[in-house]
Amino acid sequence: MFIYTLKRLLLAVLVAVTVSFISFSLLFLAGDPAIAMAGEGATEQDIEAIRSLYGFNRPFVIQYLDWLLRAVSGDFGDSFYFKTPVIDLIAAHLPVTMTLGVLAITFALCVAVPLGVLAATRPNSFVDRLCLFFSVMGQAMPSFWFGLVLIMIFSIWFRLLPASGADTWKHFVLPTIVLGYYAMPAIMRLTRAGMLEVLSADYIRTARAKGLSQNKILFKHALRNAIIPVVSLAAVQLGFMLGGSIVVESIFALHGAGFLAWESIARNDFPTIQALILVFSMFYIVFTFCADVANAWLDPRMRVN
Amino acid sequence: MSSRNLLTTFAAAAMLTSTAFPSWADKATDTLRVAFPKQLESLNPYVATAREMVVMARHVWDGLLYRDPNTGEYLGNLAKSFQWVDETTLEFELREDVVFHNGEAFDADDVVFTLNWIAEPANGVSNQSTVNWIDSAEKTGPYAVRLKLKKVFPAALEYLSGPIVMFPKEYFNEVGPVGMGLEPVGTGPYRIVEVEPGSRYVLERNENYFAGPKGTPAINKIVWKTIPERNTQFAELLSGGIDWIWQIPADQAEQLGYGYTVANEPTMRVGYLSFDAAGRSGDNPLTDFRVRKAIAHAIHREAIVDELLKGKSKVLHSACFPSQLGCSENVVNYDYDPERARQLLTEAGYPDGLTIPFYAYRDREYAEAMIGNLASVGITVDFSYMKYAALRDLDHSGEIPFKFMTWGSNSINDVSAITSHFFRKGKDDYALDDDVADWLEAADNSIDVELRTANYEQALKKIADEIYWLPLWSYNTNYVYINELEFKPYPDEIPRFYAASWK
Repeated sequence: MFIYTLKRLLLAVLVAVTVSFISFSLLFLAGDPAIAMAGEGATEQDIEAIRSLYGFNRPFVIQYLDWLLRAVSGDFGDSFYFKTPVIDLIAAHLPVTMTLGVLAITFALCVAVPLGVLAATRPNSFVDRLCLFFSVMGQAMPSFWFGLVLIMIFSIWFRLLPASGADTWKHFVLPTIVLGYYAMPAIMRLTRAGMLEVLSADYIRTARAKGLSQNKILFKHALRNAIIPVVSLAAVQLGFMLGGSIVVESIFALHGAGFLAWESIARNDFPTIQALILVFSMFYIVFTFCADVANAWLDPRMRVN
Repeated sequence: MSSRNLLTTFAAAAMLTSTAFPSWADKATDTLRVAFPKQLESLNPYVATAREMVVMARHVWDGLLYRDPNTGEYLGNLAKSFQWVDETTLEFELREDVVFHNGEAFDADDVVFTLNWIAEPANGVSNQSTVNWIDSAEKTGPYAVRLKLKKVFPAALEYLSGPIVMFPKEYFNEVGPVGMGLEPVGTGPYRIVEVEPGSRYVLERNENYFAGPKGTPAINKIVWKTIPERNTQFAELLSGGIDWIWQIPADQAEQLGYGYTVANEPTMRVGYLSFDAAGRSGDNPLTDFRVRKAIAHAIHREAIVDELLKGKSKVLHSACFPSQLGCSENVVNYDYDPERARQLLTEAGYPDGLTIPFYAYRDREYAEAMIGNLASVGITVDFSYMKYAALRDLDHSGEIPFKFMTWGSNSINDVSAITSHFFRKGKDDYALDDDVADWLEAADNSIDVELRTANYEQALKKIADEIYWLPLWSYNTNYVYINELEFKPYPDEIPRFYAASWK
């Protein structure tokens, strides 16, 4: 178990370093950052001043290593746009994203797990197909489109929920549904597959033979075993949601880290974009690592493989 | 479904509903709720560079001067009067009845402090081009100031009536530039009373506002929200959450139903085709005047304006925006004439047509319409659509023979902000014409309006004669707001809420 954990940790670190290098490099592919920052009306002198002020005239590798060393200690530099430390900006925007992510994964679990159980109890029936259709719709619909449809229905037609902002709990309802719906298919299908496998196991047959009620069999014996991989998947999905809420936050004008990323990209605010890519990736890497370790702990066969 | 189609569909659906639900105007509470797509990085106008900050600054602060948007005349604002002492010296007599929002009295010390502070590059004013012409300011009396310019700079009055606003010396010394960005204090018609950085601001009418040219605001409160997504802005407007939005595409604006006003105004941004007439990118067909002329006759500018840009956009013939000082439109026009274009290509030695590289960075649909026009006369293009920074990088290195670009002149109503920028042998100059550069230099270095106008006219005429540029069109923008609001937009793209009122 220790060797396995160490291997996964090493892999996670390598992925993190690779991501950091790619994110740092990508920004230079879009042209000279000094020109992008200087804007339309800048003279050559203005551009040169920016180049030397921010050190863009240094060799690329030196710029990267300098950035990486500072980033490790939590210093991502100052935002070109906001003129404040990037770490402060991220700290100010992250709570909204975290709130949205946790609400969305909770919503996804609350809907997808019962649907998965329902589908598994009636495999290949109309109900099964309906559950599958419902969850696959979530994956097929682009978030921005689904978000706009919900805004149209609940904000414009019925005027029940606000279309933008993060002032009250009502502001989080629509974004939670949009973000959570996208995570549902995987959770539902994994629950369904797990339940199908467990329900055909010998101990379930024994439980039935003992005359236990269907609900007791489903929720006390079957679901407990089937849900273990779902929890691991949910952890990974949460990582995805924290990094993948850019579109949802922009549509609903939630001023979270995703919104900050959107704004920073539009304004060529390189230190903020670099830091956000790294932070989002770290969420994903950490949650994936935790899921791997949890799975291996629960299922010894994985350690051997 | 493309995002464009989605927008239109959404607007159409919204229109249907908008007739069913009247808007919830906040006229009753005398509060105007406006939404802008861009987040303000700071509330310090010398730090934030977004257009939204220009708008905010006009409401919270004042400049020494004021340009009447209806007549273009420069009037006193914080200054009662002003005069040019010589070509590089301006003198101002200041108002004595002005008080900052925090109660600090306004006088010459504030002006001298502000001007000297922004003139110092080490203080880091973000948009240096708005201040780098200032040499120094000195106090000549309790309410009198003398401003020295580094060089002759005819656009000085434009800047002093626009981006250069006055700070309270004592307060600024106390809180510094960062503090000013968080809790701003100005003299303007509105004071900021609530700040949620980057997302929401509340402005309240300044009850002690002086009797200046901006007038006393009619609306008591403005709630300013940041909503980046256009469709969400639309949804908020239709659901009664906000009262005013801007920069709405024509197709969406057209879909709006009863209850909303759509006001269209041209902006100072112009589109143009630039040719490498000087051969900076090496030997290329565009150094031949006949090829440039063929392109000028091949592009159907009227059709593109009518079908794509719409609104108050106009076809342009001169390399400037018509309202800019010195922008002479007395230049040769090239009509849409594909037959003549084909003939010119044959004369130039390309009877079977030719292939040339073509670059653009925005408005892909306009670029593609022009590519279609060019193809119909036998010109095939090798099209590259790039990010602005990458394109400008290549452009400055002299590698781009043919491109579609736009220019907003930083909203400066003077030809020096556009023609001189491109034709005075800088890195953007692909004509390298001695005569044009000399005329522009003479015009830029004088404050004599007649002399400037005459020189600009000669330069613009030659640019058109030689087709160094093919000016295409002016841009426009749509403002959408509830019918209860009385609002007047202007071509400088600065909404003036202080002049708005309820019907």
